Amino acid sequence: MDLSFDLQGNAIVSGILLGGFYAAVSIGVSISFGMLDIVNIAHPAFILLGSYIAYIANTWWGVDPILASVVVLPAFYLLGVGIYSIYEVSFERRGDTSLRGLAFFFGLLFITEVTLVLVFGVDYRLVEAPYIGPSLHFGVIELPLRLLVPCLVSLAMLGTLQTFLSRSFLGRAVQAVAQDPQALRLMAANPTAIKRVAFGLSIATASIAGAVLIIIQPIEPSIGRDYIGRIFAIVVLGGLGSISGTLVAALTLGIAENLTATFYGPSWSPAVAFGILLLTLAVRPSGLFGRA
Amino acid sequence: MRNTSFIALLIVAAAATFAAMLWVGNPYVFFAGYVVLQYIVLATAWNILGGYTGYVNFGVAAFFACGAYSTVVLHKLWAPPLVVMILVGGAVSGLIGLGTGYLTMRLRGTFFGIATLAMSVVAQTLITNWPFVGGSRGAYIVRPAQALYLPLDYIQYLCLVMLALSVLALATARAIEHSRLGVGFATIRDDELAAEASGVPTLRLKLIATALSGGFMGMAGAPLPYYVTYLDPASGFSLSYAVNTIAMPLIGGTSSWLGPLIGAVLLGTLQQVATVTISSALSLLIVGLMLVGFVVAAPNGIIGWFKPAARTSMRRLRGSR
Repeated sequence: MDLSFDLQGNAIVSGILLGGFYAAVSIGVSISFGMLDIVNIAHPAFILLGSYIAYIANTWWGVDPILASVVVLPAFYLLGVGIYSIYEVSFERRGDTSLRGLAFFFGLLFITEVTLVLVFGVDYRLVEAPYIGPSLHFGVIELPLRLLVPCLVSLAMLGTLQTFLSRSFLGRAVQAVAQDPQALRLMAANPTAIKRVAFGLSIATASIAGAVLIIIQPIEPSIGRDYIGRIFAIVVLGGLGSISGTLVAALTLGIAENLTATFYGPSWSPAVAFGILLLTLAVRPSGLFGRA
Repeated sequence: MRNTSFIALLIVAAAATFAAMLWVGNPYVFFAGYVVLQYIVLATAWNILGGYTGYVNFGVAAFFACGAYSTVVLHKLWAPPLVVMILVGGAVSGLIGLGTGYLTMRLRGTFFGIATLAMSVVAQTLITNWPFVGGSRGAYIVRPAQALYLPLDYIQYLCLVMLALSVLALATARAIEHSRLGVGFATIRDDELAAEASGVPTLRLKLIATALSGGFMGMAGAPLPYYVTYLDPASGFSLSYAVNTIAMPLIGGTSSWLGPLIGAVLLGTLQQVATVTISSALSLLIVGLMLVGFVVAAPNGIIGWFKPAARTSMRRLRGSR
């Protein structure tokens, strides 16, 4: 009984830490899918790209993975801007986002994955940093720094984005696009330019998410696929485009997955996200905090 | 009337193909031909939902592998004839399609795509955790040496079965195009809201399309265990099935049955050649690049190049230059 309480407590605590990390992974899709209506299913592939960049920086030059990810942020932003420009010209203008737009991102996902396989092979890769290994202890509760640091980094990123979106002029413009791009056009503002910035930001988050991913677990090119279900479960449960909703949904999923892994075995945890996704779509498609 | 003559034509073409393969005589032709034919079925099945109604199914691998794994289950239970396995595989995947469609298709179209993408991962998790079908270690299936009633090697027999399935899939796809059902599908693709408002039973039509499409994918997957003789979740649920199946109709053209056929024959053959001459990873990269290239630059696919509308716009381009 005592043991199972310890086990539960630890599962919940590490679930919360994992949830913070899931929030960082999902926030990019929360912006692109939730606010801009761009179904970027290639996002996990870009996250892995970020992981491999952190891996190179760490093994070749001994740079801290998170520092490396912050350094390459502008490059990821430009990548996002470039992808959105192609997407806008080829699909949004033609009004063909649902079939070919989705296939476009699916192709990008696949190309990135196969390229990573060709360059790095399918071996698991990991990074080294002082905070990988030690843990903090509070009574029976154990806080591994390997999970705590990514969680704090993720929360910092979410906080920055939330401040940017609610305080700055550009951030409010992004929210305006999310609400009604047509109305924005009528006010002589250009929704395309704003969406380009916002999509760039959403891809930029993949850089940091990639660095925290490789801190949490060793990676190989195809693990991105496991995150697709998680990301969309979180984004839909969080109510499409709300940052606080994304955080709450990510924590929920993190705890649910960890409890499942602890009591039924880790091979079942990928099914949790899908269960939550289907349940949300069937019962409350607007998410936990969505309007109507 | 027209449908029957079309089917007759298809059967003649299929018979000619099979005769040509027998004439070449090299067993490799059948191994390679099986894969190309399998992709004809998959691409045509995908296009029934994707091309006709405009709903994207990313879970091809799941439908395909569920058909394959239902064969593994049946083989372990009492090993019925292959035809029974194909029908069961088709029924299982058709029902999965119906269920996923029912839960997600009442919402925005993209949710269906996302759900199918996530479903692949979950179906794989379930199979991996099911020791009866081999779990993550995989299952071995002994391929019989000879076909049951025909004087053929089993691989030749498998190829013949897949040829029959391609004829069935293509005939179904074309029959749909020329029926009320096809018109209903097209209204959904063009403007679902307007279709719903004019009394088209959109949900029912979408579910028919999903079940048909999923069923054909399951049927295409059912003979797979006999072809590979060793099936594990990682290879059965490989993402390359999904990429190939989506790329083929989009490259060939999604508006008619001919597009997936052209795409599958072209891309399937190209891949067989590239796998042998270059490497399989690189050949997959080529497919990915072609997919992105075509959806960006040639949205109507190869058959779009021969359409009159495309030609006039080309002429206009030339004129302005």
